[in-house]
Amino acid sequence: MLDSLRRRPRLAFALLAVLLAALPFIMGFGLGNSWVRVLDFVLLYVLLAIGLNIVVGYAGLLDLGYIAFYALGAYLYAWLASPHFGLHLPFWVVLPIGAAFAGLFGVLLGAPTLRLRGDYLAIVTLGFGEIIRIFMNNLNAPFNLTNGPQGMNLIDPVSVAGFSFGKTLHIFGLSLPPTYFYYYLFLAFTLLAIFIALRLQDSRIGRAWAAIREDEVAAAAMGINTRNLKLLAFAMGASFGGLAGGLFAAFQGFISPESFTLWESILVLCMIVLGGMGNIPGVILGAVLLTMIPEALRYIGDLQRATLGHVVVDPSDLRMLLFGVALVGMMLFRPAGLLPSRQRKREFAAEDGVAEQEQASLYDAKA
Amino acid sequence: MDIFLQQLVNGLVLGSIYALVALGYTMVYGILELINFAHGEVTMIGAMVALSVIGVLMGAAPDLPGVMVVLAGILVAIPACMALAFGIEKVAYRPLRKAPRLAPLITAIGVSIILQNLAMLIWGRQYVSFPPLLPVARFEFLGAHISLLQIVIVVLAVTIMAGLWLLVEKSRLGRAMRATAQSKEVAELMGVNVDRVISATFIIGAAIAAIAGVMVSAYYGLAHYYMGFMLGLKAFSAAVLGGIGNIAGAMLGGLLLGVIEALGAGYIGDITGGFLGSHYQDVFAFFVLILVLVFRPSGLLGERVANRA
Amino acid sequence: MNFGKFAVSALSLALAFSLSGCGKSEDAGNVIKIGSVAPLTGPQTHIGKDNENGARLAVDEINAKGLELGGKKVKLELYGEDDQAEPKTATIVAQKLVDAGVVAVIGHLNSGTTIPASKIYHDAGIPQISPSATAVAYTAQGYNTAYRVMANDAQQGRALGQFAVNKMGAKRIAIIDDRTAYGQGLAGEFEKAATAAGGEIVAHEFTNDRATDFNAILTSIKGKTPDLVFFGGMDPQGGPMARQLKRLGLNAKLLGGDGLQNANFMKLAGADAEGVVASSPGLPIDSMPGGPEFRKKFEAKYGVIQVYAPYAYDAVYALVEAMKRANSAEPAKVLAELPKTDLQGVSGPIKFDAKGDTEGGAVTLYEVKDGAWRVLETVK
Repeated sequence: MLDSLRRRPRLAFALLAVLLAALPFIMGFGLGNSWVRVLDFVLLYVLLAIGLNIVVGYAGLLDLGYIAFYALGAYLYAWLASPHFGLHLPFWVVLPIGAAFAGLFGVLLGAPTLRLRGDYLAIVTLGFGEIIRIFMNNLNAPFNLTNGPQGMNLIDPVSVAGFSFGKTLHIFGLSLPPTYFYYYLFLAFTLLAIFIALRLQDSRIGRAWAAIREDEVAAAAMGINTRNLKLLAFAMGASFGGLAGGLFAAFQGFISPESFTLWESILVLCMIVLGGMGNIPGVILGAVLLTMIPEALRYIGDLQRATLGHVVVDPSDLRMLLFGVALVGMMLFRPAGLLPSRQRKREFAAEDGVAEQEQASLYDAKA
Repeated sequence: MDIFLQQLVNGLVLGSIYALVALGYTMVYGILELINFAHGEVTMIGAMVALSVIGVLMGAAPDLPGVMVVLAGILVAIPACMALAFGIEKVAYRPLRKAPRLAPLITAIGVSIILQNLAMLIWGRQYVSFPPLLPVARFEFLGAHISLLQIVIVVLAVTIMAGLWLLVEKSRLGRAMRATAQSKEVAELMGVNVDRVISATFIIGAAIAAIAGVMVSAYYGLAHYYMGFMLGLKAFSAAVLGGIGNIAGAMLGGLLLGVIEALGAGYIGDITGGFLGSHYQDVFAFFVLILVLVFRPSGLLGERVANRA
Repeated sequence: MNFGKFAVSALSLALAFSLSGCGKSEDAGNVIKIGSVAPLTGPQTHIGKDNENGARLAVDEINAKGLELGGKKVKLELYGEDDQAEPKTATIVAQKLVDAGVVAVIGHLNSGTTIPASKIYHDAGIPQISPSATAVAYTAQGYNTAYRVMANDAQQGRALGQFAVNKMGAKRIAIIDDRTAYGQGLAGEFEKAATAAGGEIVAHEFTNDRATDFNAILTSIKGKTPDLVFFGGMDPQGGPMARQLKRLGLNAKLLGGDGLQNANFMKLAGADAEGVVASSPGLPIDSMPGGPEFRKKFEAKYGVIQVYAPYAYDAVYALVEAMKRANSAEPAKVLAELPKTDLQGVSGPIKFDAKGDTEGGAVTLYEVKDGAWRVLETVK
């Protein structure tokens, strides 16, 4: 079936569109509304993963503090659209500001760390992520900016032309909770992000990033402005994160520093590495899997009830354990990721020395 | 002055523990260029195993002197952690040695999650307290309070570090380790059994981690299945601060980080009039780390790597 | 990357997902589902499980006695879920419980998860009774579904602040909080009340809920010679803090909230727990009718009470009493009855005010003497 579809991309697109449009209804009525909420979070994480993929997958800058940008976007949304400062700007004003704000911080992080590479960069970005979280947690005094650990509540839901996404809609005998509307909103932004990311990959910029990733010295020698391009990668990645953060704040209605821990950064990184770094379908797959698996594992309890009659092993005891096993297992099984990029696949197939790999990637960059 | 001295003591003790754990990170990184995220968890397992042994011994032989019981705990914890680290390396890292660099990082995170949750299943969700077995002698020195345990921790840490340094610099195994760190391929050609050297590195790091784990739980009086994560993170930062891959760097980084945290928490609040108080303790640590790396991109004692990715 | 190929791979992925994982459990006839949410993984696991156990004990008791609503025999079933103390997960879990058709939820543990989840319960119109979320904001949102059976931060912090100055005679007070919603909220209220009562705050230091080393902040505090140190936080930090306080030769009393007033604190602080004062909302369990019995039953089944199990237990009873009055488990009817709650719980008398907070909010203070918590006094 897939082969025949491959020959008819238009049909594939149409089917995909129908499926994506119907997905919340399939999930909602088949499995329950909590799965629509899970879908919403899947989309948010896809957005985050695509953003981080620009930094890590395209430009090869290992970032362990990515969630800081998510936090900045979320807090900016809360500042501009909640009773905290009494501002209630509409979402189409706040979201771009949030993305730009996070992007600015991306440059601020990127600028001093340009000389760092690999694991040094990882630890600095990790520190940056923690610093942002700690500031958010403490800036309730001397001036109450973030309400500290209490978090910011009653953030405005997205509303379009007077229609608020925050309320359940009753229509045609169906009641549609907010999760449905947010699904379509997130889907729109995610598709936009995918489009941008795919276009970027094959653009001049994308190829320059690939060159930097493979060999920074050679890239600089080829006349690539490595400084500006690295900053651009940071800024682009950060603004995707900021956008996701704003959406998260509006969706959740409440944000607190607990949502922006180091663990979240690690999780997003796991998504892109697991799915296949640098390859958008891989990244999406990673985000979908790692968001869904822990939720699906909640059903271990129900499964035991159904098969054994009662709960033998506490599901909460096993859930994270199985998640860890899954991470290790998948990595051992497919070390280049589940859907590796073409280039990576080739690097991986070639057992020969470094030189040939580099040549291959340089040719790739020129192509 | 007594307050300052006390802060310095606080920082040095904390720093010695960081340094010991950091050694494990730095040794593995030096050879494999891998951030062994599970190392913090190995430390935790060391503490937990030791506490179990201590608990059993206290029940079985209540007359045994406390120091002996703790020693027995350490002596069981060390081989347990060594076996664990050997297993981790063999199962989770070795198959990925030729994989993209981030793949073993993800398995390391996975292993870390697995160990945490296994520990939770075995030892429970509770904080386990360390029984008061060790003598609680306290000294006063210029107004600062120093306990015997603190002195033991620092002395033991310094001894272990010195021993490790000797091992790496003077022994045959140490030479093989250094050779492998420089180039696995060439070391192999020179007759070094690379696999064995890598296993040895993990095992030595784990033994030190086990001791550090017992130290932490004895010092703070508790252990918990979650304790390895933060400790590991701090220790890793210490290793990077000193220059990752460099053993002396890990020691220096650990001690520095400990002192920075203590002095930062103790003084910055007063200096800035309460605006930047001890709630920014971790910020100071990370800030110093970032500052050092910006000016010395490969850490304080790290060698300048040639400009190559 | 070609878009057609991309669409195909995305499509096959989506298909795989919508095909996998079907099959939902069916509802048995007369089962009434109640949710219980708390972190069951992560650092607060032991407290989370304690909450669930408290609720489970109540559910098992009620089932054993038999419950009849609307002329039908019904059985309660507790759905325990893990929110990992994380707001995002909390909302997913909340939605999952709503989907599963629970009629009420006992939870969540933390304020940071209780607040975002409360919106979902409110939208679904089902009552939520938190055994342990103390942030004032939780019941201040104007939701008619949000209740708690524990004194909030304002009530407890006020009692603690006044007690510190008036009864313990503290003049120079140092405050430490753990920068969690709970610790910071409690410490903030304590500071207000203590200052109002005439105490002087000589230091305000901070730590976090993962920390074990407090030497630096305690040393800094020592330099300011306080006669009382207040800690807003939980036992895993309080225990080692009590030890380090003594070790540093800091001559000040340690005072804490309900996060310290538990068995685990005693275990962790060891001999250094002696003389520590801490509060707990409500009345002393062992003085309540049914209290000692509760302790016996709970400990026989689940081991030592950690912290909030009695509150979770009471929350279930408050809920079931309302169901009985309504003679129905329908959320709307139960909600109408909840404000009329007047229950002699094991944690104290439970009555709700208009917001859903406990009325009166008695707070009992305890001191560690000879290795056990002894009641000092109960303040209103």
